[in-house]
Amino acid sequence: MASWGATLWPWYVAGPIIGLFVPTLLIVGNKLFGFSSNLRHLCAALVPGRIESFRYDWRKRGLWNLMFMAGTLIGGFIALRWGTPHDVAISAQTRVSLAKLGIHDFAGIAPRELFAWHALLTLRGFVCVVVGGFLVGFGTAYAGGCTSGHAISGLADFQLSSLIAVIGFFAGGLVATYFILPLLF
Amino acid sequence: MLVYLLLGIVFGVVLTKSEVLSWFRIQEMFRFQSFRMYGIIGSAVGTAAVSVAIIKRLRLKSASGEVISIPPKQLGTGIRYAAGGTIFGLGWALTGACPGPLFALIGAGVPVMIVAVLSALLGTWIYGWLRPRLPH
Repeated sequence: MASWGATLWPWYVAGPIIGLFVPTLLIVGNKLFGFSSNLRHLCAALVPGRIESFRYDWRKRGLWNLMFMAGTLIGGFIALRWGTPHDVAISAQTRVSLAKLGIHDFAGIAPRELFAWHALLTLRGFVCVVVGGFLVGFGTAYAGGCTSGHAISGLADFQLSSLIAVIGFFAGGLVATYFILPLLF
Repeated sequence: MLVYLLLGIVFGVVLTKSEVLSWFRIQEMFRFQSFRMYGIIGSAVGTAAVSVAIIKRLRLKSASGEVISIPPKQLGTGIRYAAGGTIFGLGWALTGACPGPLFALIGAGVPVMIVAVLSALLGTWIYGWLRPRLPH
């Protein structure tokens, strides 16, 4: 068990574990795996205003998911301390591509040139964290789901809407990667 | 309720230990320079699809006794999925994270993501505000 802390979990272990959240949540409570609703539940709980979309019983519909969300944060905290930290071993090609972009610090799980408090004062840090965050929040709300809700739960249930959403995810991701990121450096 | 907290902890651990929440890994994925993320998403969808098919076939009941059912999503014109999906995708590549990972990252040593979460909440709120005026 101890060695699992120190190693990178392979895709064929992580993927199925993530996939199993769908049946597990269905069996435990007839709940559909989908994380982005938490953003909506938080809005409903904290700042519903007079907005129709946020006037619902968030405790009844969303408390289970908010608990899941809290657990996710705690899980990150536990995982960081479980085993020794190591750099993310991305492919050599990616290193080269990112270096061309202007990223040279590959220590940690996210580049400190972008994801650090001081970086918020730079264009690239501000765009990646603040604008990026806004797009995630707006986009998932409009699409009614994120990777867990659409890519995993939705595709597992053969929903056409989810397929369209996933195609959109990739289209947006490619545009940001190839056209927006280069403009920030 | 505690069971959902525990499941969330497992989720956070998996996301961190598999590096799904690493901006570097998401870049690798969008640059098609590694199979890894596709393997994770693909095997997750596969596992979920098989499980859901079994649950439906056997008409399994949840712990509280109700027959498990997944409400289908409303397709409408499809615009909300195409536009919303694309907008989210832009954010996904910029932050290197979807909503779940944003929270896990806060715990896993990237506290600046608290700002990303606040911004995401603003984004969700603005959607709620604009909703009557957006095509669905």
